[in-house]
Amino acid sequence: MKKYRNWGFFIFLLPVLLWLFLLIVLPHIDLLIMSFRFEDDYGELTWGMANYKEFFGEPIYWLTFVRTAIYSLVVTFLTFVIGLPVAFFITKVVSVKYKGALTLLVLLPFWVSELVRVYGWMILLRESGVVNHLLLKTGLLAKPVEMLYNDAAMIMGLVYTTMLFMIVPLISVLDSLEDELIEAAFDLGGNARSVLFRIIIPYATPGIVSGSIVVFMLTLGNYLTPNLIGGKNSLWFTEQIYNQFIASFNWNQGSAFGFLLLILSSLIIWLGLKVSKQNLAKVVQ
Amino acid sequence: MEYDLSVKNVTKKFGEFTAVDSVSFDIVNGHFFSILGPSGCGKTTLLRMIAGFEHPSDGTIEIRGQDMKGIVPNKRPVNMIFQHLALFPMMNVAENIAFGLRRRGTPKNEVMPQVLTMLKRVGLPGFEQKRIDQLSGGQKQRVAIARSLILGPAVLLLDEPLGALDLKLREHMKVELKKLQAEIGTTFMYITHDQSEALVMSDYVAVMNQGRFEQVDTPSNLYNQPKTPFVAQFVGENNAWSGVVEKREGNIVEITTSEDHQFRVEVSEDINPSSTVDLFLRPEALLIEPDPSLTDINRFDVVVNSILFDGASSRLLVNPLNSDKEIIVALPQNKQYDHIKPKDKLVVGWSEKAGICFAKR
Amino acid sequence: MFKKMLGAVITAALMLTGTNSIQAETLNLLTWKDYAPKPLKEKFKAETGIDVKVTFSNNEEMIAKLRATRGAGFDLAQPSQDRIQSVQEKYKLYQAMDFSKIEKGLFIQSMLKAVEKNTMVKGKPHAVPFCWGSSGLIVNKKLAPNASDYSDLLNAMYAGRVSYRLKRPTLIGIAFAMGDDPFAKYSNVKEYKMLMDKVEASLIAGKGFVKNYWTNGDNLLQLLRSGEVHVAMGWDGGGWKLHAENPDIDFIAPTSGALGWIDTFAIPAKAKNVSAAYKWINFIMRPENAAVFTNQEKYATASKGAAELTDASIKANFQRSFPQAAIDNINWYPPVPANLEKIEGKLLDRVKSAQ
Repeated sequence: MKKYRNWGFFIFLLPVLLWLFLLIVLPHIDLLIMSFRFEDDYGELTWGMANYKEFFGEPIYWLTFVRTAIYSLVVTFLTFVIGLPVAFFITKVVSVKYKGALTLLVLLPFWVSELVRVYGWMILLRESGVVNHLLLKTGLLAKPVEMLYNDAAMIMGLVYTTMLFMIVPLISVLDSLEDELIEAAFDLGGNARSVLFRIIIPYATPGIVSGSIVVFMLTLGNYLTPNLIGGKNSLWFTEQIYNQFIASFNWNQGSAFGFLLLILSSLIIWLGLKVSKQNLAKVVQ
Repeated sequence: MEYDLSVKNVTKKFGEFTAVDSVSFDIVNGHFFSILGPSGCGKTTLLRMIAGFEHPSDGTIEIRGQDMKGIVPNKRPVNMIFQHLALFPMMNVAENIAFGLRRRGTPKNEVMPQVLTMLKRVGLPGFEQKRIDQLSGGQKQRVAIARSLILGPAVLLLDEPLGALDLKLREHMKVELKKLQAEIGTTFMYITHDQSEALVMSDYVAVMNQGRFEQVDTPSNLYNQPKTPFVAQFVGENNAWSGVVEKREGNIVEITTSEDHQFRVEVSEDINPSSTVDLFLRPEALLIEPDPSLTDINRFDVVVNSILFDGASSRLLVNPLNSDKEIIVALPQNKQYDHIKPKDKLVVGWSEKAGICFAKR
Repeated sequence: MFKKMLGAVITAALMLTGTNSIQAETLNLLTWKDYAPKPLKEKFKAETGIDVKVTFSNNEEMIAKLRATRGAGFDLAQPSQDRIQSVQEKYKLYQAMDFSKIEKGLFIQSMLKAVEKNTMVKGKPHAVPFCWGSSGLIVNKKLAPNASDYSDLLNAMYAGRVSYRLKRPTLIGIAFAMGDDPFAKYSNVKEYKMLMDKVEASLIAGKGFVKNYWTNGDNLLQLLRSGEVHVAMGWDGGGWKLHAENPDIDFIAPTSGALGWIDTFAIPAKAKNVSAAYKWINFIMRPENAAVFTNQEKYATASKGAAELTDASIKANFQRSFPQAAIDNINWYPPVPANLEKIEGKLLDRVKSAQ
């Protein structure tokens, strides 16, 4: 009996291991090797750090890198600031009857692809779009204004695209927060502010951290939204990786960029976990 | 007398439903006051109105003479022990207890000494760094009480905090809570559906039913002199008959029950012949094989149905001859009645003074 | 029990692969959007029983995709003729064209010869022409009556009303508008880089006038259609499509010369269904089929005799946008030598990140 179970265990584990190895580990090793190779002056591939040196030597690369990181953090923070009240409203304020419907409403936009959602925003915000049309009609604007192709629109688009991944873990963690805890805090002299910062946020920390990790990673690795909504001014680091691979045919440089992005995201998440005193295993649950 | 809490004609309506119906009572300083009632009787709503989480539809609540109308929970001089204690899981014991002091703006260097003193008072010295999930049920209880008491509330409100504990611990905590309250002298208002909790701990108990107070009295009075049929049935065990009054001689009425028993009962109430009555009798008031020489005793024959052994509170379940009615009889464990077996025929009797009669309305 | 289950799984797997081979033959085509119109796909299926599965792409992505698989995954690709030679030398993405399998008579001979020459690697040609067209300006003549050259893409007069693709055709066009000849400098990397530095400076200086860099054809057409953009760099076919909708908008051959391109058929090195690839080439180049494509997408093809079968409006388009002088003035892309992409790639990154 036991022997059989071991067999079965292996049979079921094998596809997972194969999948991990073939589709994740192997390509990454390949990329890592590639990132340390570059064409020398004679067009020969040689080993070296040239690709990484290129990154640090060229301001547009590392500036884009920093910009991408900072904007991703801003987006993560904004999704949290917007997501927390929404999750709180759904779990604690609204009667249980409407909870399912409201959660569904939050989920609904995510049934269509990101591309469609982004195009939706573009139809709304473009110069000849719906918002401008309404503002002109109501006389609030005399001339249509271009609302796309700037950082604010891009951040808004990114917040919108990733919102769900913050709200869902928050809903699940706030669901388990007993009303008693909040009432007890009020009863002991707490006010809205201290209840928020001493009770709700500390209690929701695992949800906040897991939501933040997902939102941060998704934003950092997003390509579509910065490119389409951000338009001419939105250089996102993923786009630079894409450009290296596709436009410059420089796969070695692209691999180096890819690894730098991987290191950056791991580092920021590690820092985030340290600061919030969470551990990854707990948060991922 | 000074009252820490004074409730006057408080009513709470949720739409059409009246949860609390014109309730009035006062709690004397330092008393342990309980509200006892079945679930859904409105006791929790009443407590939450005092804490400030609900607002009365009508009536006034005064704490130490101050009207609480419009005062939010965090500004009221009462604190509450919640049903599930509501300890903050992300804080350790000391942080939990210090929570209220910090909100109040107590200087930093005073907080910790106060917390340590409080922990000592509730018998948990050295527990300050423990996490909440490291505590046993009883310890959690004490931390919850410490967390509230450190604020020196006029009244400590307790919302069935023993409900979640296992039986043994509950018995133990009852005694401990009572001792603690006597020691610190804070006024406690305790709500429960468990009559034994209420009777053991309280100075005064209010029995509540369907939004109203049936009786507010000392535990022994509630047990021995219930004022309403509800109290008689809800507090302690009782055998009940309904019957018609045949005649009255002074304080004694003669009743024919619906099972055709003839009983004589001493009554205080104004009960007239031919009125229908409810008659209640405690199991311990029923004597097994009473001495034939005793007078003023109602006797009747019964058949033993079963013996419910439960140590000091063992009982006999008996049926009157030719009847299915079940009557509970206390069975003292003093060897005298060890011979009794199921199907035995016995005579049981009870003193005319032991029964309690209420005229049916 | 366990063995039985395993057996069942294996049988099921075999059956699945079995049914797969019975399924219709397919041709995996890696091409530009709209290069395989639905009516033609259906007709081809009816004639040969082969399903055409299309993957949309552009020159850069085609190269990247085929490079990633070392020329596998597709049976036929359609890169521009100037993007074959150097890539083939370096990465060996394609196989040589077998002219014995191609009905040469279907092609305009001069074009066939030109592509043959431009895709010659180790003495073997690697592509045959499909269609051709030019990049130039698409202008809303009512709103920008004077726009005439690539330099108008950097003209403050059209601030906020300009759009172009941040890709190499734009760099080439701007270079021509500066009076230079980038194609002549292809062979001299150093001079080419100096020229590109100048192009970069003017692109950055004019960045404020750009509405947005368009990224796909639909994107561009929408911008022009809505009137948000008045002057754009784009393909003639797109301009003519818009002209049919709104006569104010039209394609203009810029004064410094439209950029002429030829898109081709090339067979990837590890193509599985080579015979289907040749069948498709010979099918679509038949005049009646090529005309269907031209009528729908407005691009002229290398099919001999197809021009006679196209709508009158196609001819009108051409005559309107290309007087004889403009035709003579077309700058045809020569094959791109290796290593230019790297220079251009970095340049484009700098322009995109400039504020």
